[in-house]
Amino acid sequence: MSSPLRRDDVAKVAKLARLTLSDAELDMFTEQLGHVLEHAEDIEALDLADVIPTAHPFGLVNVVRGDIVRPCLARDEVLAMAPDAEDGRFAVPRIMGEAR
Amino acid sequence: MRSAVEIARDVRGGQSSAEAELARSLAAIAARNDELNVFLHLDHQGALEAARRVDERLAKGEDVGALAGVPIALKDNLCQIGVPTTAASKILSGWRPPYSATVVERVLAAGAIAVGKTNLDEFAMGSSTENSAFGPTRNPHDPSRVPGGSSGGSAAAVAADMTPIALGSDTGGSIRQPAALCGVVGMKPTYGLVSRYGLIAFASSLDQIGPFANNVSDAALLLEVIAGHDPWDSTSLPEDSPSLLSHVDDGVAGKRIGLTRELVDGADDEVVAAVERAAAVLRAAGATIVELSVPEFRLGLSAYYLIAPAEASSNLARYDGVRYGVRVDAEDVAAMNEATRTAGFGAEVKRRIMLGTYALSAGYYDAYYGQALKVRTLMIDAFKRVYQDVDVLLGATAPSVAFSFGAKTDNPLAMYLSDVFTIPTNLAGDPAISVPFGRGEGDMPIGVQLLGPGRSEAELFAAARVLEVAGGAS
Repeated sequence: MSSPLRRDDVAKVAKLARLTLSDAELDMFTEQLGHVLEHAEDIEALDLADVIPTAHPFGLVNVVRGDIVRPCLARDEVLAMAPDAEDGRFAVPRIMGEAR
Repeated sequence: MRSAVEIARDVRGGQSSAEAELARSLAAIAARNDELNVFLHLDHQGALEAARRVDERLAKGEDVGALAGVPIALKDNLCQIGVPTTAASKILSGWRPPYSATVVERVLAAGAIAVGKTNLDEFAMGSSTENSAFGPTRNPHDPSRVPGGSSGGSAAAVAADMTPIALGSDTGGSIRQPAALCGVVGMKPTYGLVSRYGLIAFASSLDQIGPFANNVSDAALLLEVIAGHDPWDSTSLPEDSPSLLSHVDDGVAGKRIGLTRELVDGADDEVVAAVERAAAVLRAAGATIVELSVPEFRLGLSAYYLIAPAEASSNLARYDGVRYGVRVDAEDVAAMNEATRTAGFGAEVKRRIMLGTYALSAGYYDAYYGQALKVRTLMIDAFKRVYQDVDVLLGATAPSVAFSFGAKTDNPLAMYLSDVFTIPTNLAGDPAISVPFGRGEGDMPIGVQLLGPGRSEAELFAAARVLEVAGGAS
């Protein structure tokens, strides 16, 4: 299946990825990403119906640690690096019309 | 500059001191950092305090460690507590990590002195450091050319004798390619051998931290220090650090080495010639050279440029202006997220986030990301098959010597092709090393690549050492 990337596709993907693109950027990315996807036609064309996908080189099983209390990062040190913090929490602009 | 092995020996033996070695390193940095833009941050005060602590401990007769007093440069995607860490992105400007990467703790515990953080392509996405938000690094051998990337700053630090060793990270070739272009040794270890805890994530199933050095022994020593299980990384292999330095002179007698067509096809003639000379040297040292072909390697580039962006699009979702880094204010939280990401990320990072988002999106997942994961299976099977016949594979690290600034910036696909020989290893999770071997156009260094199965680092260092001793002259 060949899918030439359209300008609308790039605009939609940018929205999903929370990126604002100018018209000139939309044109540029549509062309550049199109080239990469054209190159990927070599693997799109393969019949791999019987191949099992690999997401991780060693197929590791999940690792869990013991349920033991141990020191963690100091809250104040972490919040000191945040753009905004209030009352020991990360602060953000209003969500859906609430007053902050 | 003296080797890390020699510096540590002299500092431990009292013929030198950590403070004196640091002063030498800082003088070399002062001489060329403005010209080359190698370091994004220099930690003068922290380094001086650390050097004095090492010297005080030595004066008390304590054993300081295998890297006693050795200056080291850290790629700026490795967290060091309290020291600015940006991943060369505006979005992390001003951020100081509240913790250190495991590799940073290990090199410091071994007595190394961290002098500063080196430049890279933003979030390690690139092959030239031209994608750094803070300007490119220049190649110490010819400042009109790129140092390679993404770990271009770490490669240049070692090539310019600013530090004898450095740490980088390799997702699709980001240690080996700049090592080749800067004429130094660089290794991407087996996935899981080195903890990724504290490495700013790009593509988590591919990322691996590894060493840069001016010689094979120093690279082996540094890898020995950073390798070994870490409970803070759930993908860390369960075993202890392997013995590497004691095996660098093991040679290649009796080894079968595969000269791999797909790892030289398309490279410049002078690069192909260097690989052929390397094969002759290895044969003369007692190895059997087998010419072979692994057609699956040709599929690596396409699979990589779907898998890595897909993982990156997920990993970089965390930069939303809430918990760290910069924020661009807007009327509500969604608009703030978007304004922050739009202003904070550079063009290549946006490109990869969008490519990955597209490859994972409904309707395209099976055709792109799913298909790439199946190609990854083919790649792993191909490596397993070929390693039943040979011990090590030989090829080029990069298709050409270092290129000029701007040569590939308008054509991302051309830039991506810089990684065509290094990518297969990452997809398989196996180790590979680049070792300088000869010079090409403009008297620029050429790197030769040796690849092996998982946990074959000792054999790769031994083979690289044979090439290092031979010197690569035509």
